[in-house]
Amino acid sequence: MSQKLEKIKSPLDMEPLTIEVHDVEASHRAKTARNDLILMVVFSAVVLGGPWILAPFGADYPDLLQRFCIFGIFAIGFNIMFGLTGYLSFGHAAFLGVGSYAAVWSFKLLTMNAVPAVIFGVLCAGLFSAAIGYISLRRAGIYFSILTLAFAQMSYNLAYSVLTPITNGETGLQLELSDSRMLDAAMGIERTSSLPVTNLFGMKMSGYEGFYFCAIILIIAFYISLRIFRSPFGMMLRGIKTNQNRMAYTGINTRPYLLTAFVISGMYAGLAGSLMAVTDPLAGAERMQWTASGEVVLMTILGGAGTLIGPVIGAGVIKYFENIFSAFNEDTLHAAYSFLPEGLADFMTTISHPFVGEGWHLTLGVLFMMIVIFLPGGLMEGAQRIANLFSGAGKKSKAESSATDTQPAE
Amino acid sequence: MSLFDDKFSRRGVLKTGLVGAAAATAPFHFVRGASAADYLNMPKGKSVTFGFNVPQTGAYADEGADELRAYKLAVQHINGEGDGGMLNTFSSKALKGDGVNGKKVEFVTGDTQTKSDAARASAKRMIEKDGAIMITGGSSSGVAIAVQGLCQEAGVIFMAGLTHSNDTTGKDKKANGFRHFFNTEMTGAALAPVLKNNFGTDRTAYHLTADYTWGWSQEGSIKKYTEKLGWKTAAAVRTPLGAGDFSQYITPVLNSGADVLVLNHYGKDMVNSLTQAVQFGLRDKQVNGKDFAIVVPLYSRLMAQGAGKNVQGIYGSTGWHWSLTDEGSKAFVKSFGKAYGFPPSQAAHTCYVQALLYADACQRAGSFAPCDVLKALEGFKFDGMGNGPTEYRAEDHQCFKDVLVVKGKENPTSKFDVLEVVEVTPRAQVEYPADLLGGELGSCNNGA
Amino acid sequence: MDAILLQILNGLDKGAAYALIALGLTLIFGTLGVVNFAHGALFMLGAFCAVTVGKLLKYETVKLDPTQTTPWGSPAEIRTPIVEEWFGDFGALMIDYSVPFSILFAIPIMLLLGVLMERGLIRFFYKRPHADQILVTFGLAIVVQEIIKSQFGANPIPQAAPALLAGSADLGAVLGFDPGTVVYPYWRIIYLLFSALIIGIVFAFLQFTTYGMVVRAGMADRETVGLLGINIQKRFTVVFGMAAVVAGLAGVMYTPILPPDYHMGMDFLVLSFVVVVVGGMGSLPGAVAAGFLLGILQSFASMNEVKNILPGIDQIIIYLIAVVILLVRPRGLMGRKGVMES
Repeated sequence: MSQKLEKIKSPLDMEPLTIEVHDVEASHRAKTARNDLILMVVFSAVVLGGPWILAPFGADYPDLLQRFCIFGIFAIGFNIMFGLTGYLSFGHAAFLGVGSYAAVWSFKLLTMNAVPAVIFGVLCAGLFSAAIGYISLRRAGIYFSILTLAFAQMSYNLAYSVLTPITNGETGLQLELSDSRMLDAAMGIERTSSLPVTNLFGMKMSGYEGFYFCAIILIIAFYISLRIFRSPFGMMLRGIKTNQNRMAYTGINTRPYLLTAFVISGMYAGLAGSLMAVTDPLAGAERMQWTASGEVVLMTILGGAGTLIGPVIGAGVIKYFENIFSAFNEDTLHAAYSFLPEGLADFMTTISHPFVGEGWHLTLGVLFMMIVIFLPGGLMEGAQRIANLFSGAGKKSKAESSATDTQPAE
Repeated sequence: MSLFDDKFSRRGVLKTGLVGAAAATAPFHFVRGASAADYLNMPKGKSVTFGFNVPQTGAYADEGADELRAYKLAVQHINGEGDGGMLNTFSSKALKGDGVNGKKVEFVTGDTQTKSDAARASAKRMIEKDGAIMITGGSSSGVAIAVQGLCQEAGVIFMAGLTHSNDTTGKDKKANGFRHFFNTEMTGAALAPVLKNNFGTDRTAYHLTADYTWGWSQEGSIKKYTEKLGWKTAAAVRTPLGAGDFSQYITPVLNSGADVLVLNHYGKDMVNSLTQAVQFGLRDKQVNGKDFAIVVPLYSRLMAQGAGKNVQGIYGSTGWHWSLTDEGSKAFVKSFGKAYGFPPSQAAHTCYVQALLYADACQRAGSFAPCDVLKALEGFKFDGMGNGPTEYRAEDHQCFKDVLVVKGKENPTSKFDVLEVVEVTPRAQVEYPADLLGGELGSCNNGA
Repeated sequence: MDAILLQILNGLDKGAAYALIALGLTLIFGTLGVVNFAHGALFMLGAFCAVTVGKLLKYETVKLDPTQTTPWGSPAEIRTPIVEEWFGDFGALMIDYSVPFSILFAIPIMLLLGVLMERGLIRFFYKRPHADQILVTFGLAIVVQEIIKSQFGANPIPQAAPALLAGSADLGAVLGFDPGTVVYPYWRIIYLLFSALIIGIVFAFLQFTTYGMVVRAGMADRETVGLLGINIQKRFTVVFGMAAVVAGLAGVMYTPILPPDYHMGMDFLVLSFVVVVVGGMGSLPGAVAAGFLLGILQSFASMNEVKNILPGIDQIIIYLIAVVILLVRPRGLMGRKGVMES
């Protein structure tokens, strides 16, 4: 940006001013860089400290922690497309599913090592998203959304039925004792009478080990997304979102940029999918259903589309509800209210029972409505408002708070 | 090999993580050595936790709710509360109504959403977070097979709920998994003689099959047994799961020359396709001078209620029905009815029995260790659970018991009274060799 | 030939259902510019109007029969529907005709629900991004669905067509085929005619009444109509109510074909969006045409002859057609330029 400004201003003979602009830009950039560094450090600390931070919420067990990371990656990737360009894909779950299937096939045919599986998963999802993106991006707005939805639904329906030889249909693709695992066999890893487990050069990939593996990849994925947000490429994407026509008038062909963003975001989905297979080697077709695509849309909007951290938070909130709220039953509720007097505890149990256990969907629905009504920018806007409260209402410097800047989706 | 470690290991992992790439290449065994338990989630206090993993949202939510009711009842009975239900009629008298191995039974619940991923997630939560010693429940074969695989890897026992596909104890069977419910092979064997008696041997069948593994399994079994009778198969058409409107698949049946329609559908698909087939006049039609017949190989009484009067006179099979008059069934229906005000479904029955069987096996083994429980369950013969003398076959962990052939009742006396038992096909008739369905059990896994 | 004729009938019937749902959806979108993910829920609520009316009509007095007991130990019950007690045979007739009867109830209830929804929630979202509209209406759909589930359970609840109309008509005899070859259920024929009637009414209302004309003008250029001093807001509220009624009636009449359950709205949601978009966003004739087109093509794709050549084609045909149409015609069949493209 500063480069361009200089060029435009210099013919007007306003050299001192240009230098000043340049300086402001530079200091702003330095400030952004410093903020980004702080953001990365805090983000990494929170992610790696997840098992301790989430303990009071009852979410400190490996499976859910892994899920937080995996869906965080999924949502970050989705946000690169939706948050930056405003193109709402309703078929991202298909890429997640392809990543999962590819990873499980890598386990079955090549090796139980996670690295080839992840690479294979990301590549397959990348190719698949390139093909779908190439066609879908010929249209914009809701027509684009429906095209992506149509492709994803076709993938799901076929995976569930006709493609069963590849996907194992309803049951889902699983490891079998008789799998060939050629690389493992070549490396002399002997077969056992029980199924082998996924590993990273010998370190098993389930439990806390799997979580830290996912966590480190989440941090890397987040960093890449941060770089994209700050890069000229990211600016270009934002430009497309703000006014695609104007971009076109300046002679820029926007479609290659859009396709690149779409493929990157598809690869993120593939990464998430392959990590799901790494931590739990099974790939089911329902991962590709429209509800799964809808879920990542909801995660992103819930957290705050276009913000860096929002999608990760949105993913966490939805997965938390799905796994923890659904598990409450009358007994656990009663235990939770046991500090209250008997009658009141009974009353509270009756009141809250419809919202937990089998009613966890209800809570989720109410939450969606509340957030979108009161916090249009998602949870990140809530955080922003609280932050503003503390830093004094008069000092509303939106540009400065680049880490948490809220840009409602359009 | 272990998948799930004690929470202590997380510190160990962090240390290893700091060592970084150097450690990554080294085998990662010491963490496992740190755990003191003999097997995963060994109960240490005065209680033991069962994990009930049932669909609470989605199409099978009502079935899941019924399963949960049955589990709660089973836990009460094992702990010595209530009237004891089937414990009074169960041939094994190991359980005394004071919990299992001196420990009180507690339970945690999860929502499978009838999706493999969600089911595995909630099973993992119960194992990793709540310390469940076993997982049971479910209302579809895809979920059962997915969760069974998980339990095998994790090292806990899985007592399958309602799952009817051959694969659960066939192609995908696992040492740590056990199924009390019957399968499509047994449905075929049980239905065929009844179909022969009612419709003769000169029939042409038209199959509508839900296009996924269970549907194919069901279609294969019915074809196999009806073709043995001399029936011909006009066509077998695959229908998308959740098609809703089946008219485009039903109209070709009208003029196909077939005189029997077999609906290999379950749940909502069954309700819709049956309702619509009857609307198209198939139940009252005449073809080749014979009355057209509709067959629904697997009935669920709960779901049949959704089809209303359309089930009347239509044959099918079911695992268990509340109108049975043996002592075990009567005791179960009585205590369930007393607790909830209506009779239990077959899903409730199989889940209740599975919970009791598991508890009994632990008691007899004197341990909760999966490999000990497995030994107690394998080849276990019992009676008094509503299906006559039953055996848990050691080779494939499948229960062999009588199968019910039922018919939609013409004059129901209440809204629960939709099916009538036509015949109780004895166990000998539905038994098949253990190697028929393939697969291998592998070895049992204690987890730790 | 008879097979093809039957598939055309199936396609028309299916198309009628798609068209009715898509009509309401596109009406809301065209006038208010709101993407309504709760539209499926309105369809489901309509179906549950029929369930509720059926339940009320069948409300029974329960007398206990102490001489007999159920297997679970409580005394047997003798149940008599109250309407039969009160009205005798006419009561029995009312029960028999409960589905058509519930239309009378569904219209005011759905209108009320629609207006409440628009006034209470949707109007705050006119100027908000589409993503926000999707999130809030999706949340609403889940809430509505869960409330229904808690009241009626998750299993389908059968609603029988009146006994007189439960059978099927032998169209073959009328059309010159062999008798018995082309039979079609009366209720499905009624559903088709009913849909045509509703679609006709909606079009006539928009085409021939002043009120409808203003609404159409509003769809085309909202600002100008507002500047003319017309309270377009109030009219749009009515339009929303009307769309809710159309969806609701589609639901009521569909119950004998598809026993309703709480999830049926979600099952139709994606499909109805595909129909609307294939038809072209904001185009009413487009939505109707796309509904019938997709219905008929889906029926043909399900024929054995087609499936033998292209296995699984019936699984994906709707989406495949959607892709092809959107690639050939950028704004669907009859979409207008600039609508929902950014």
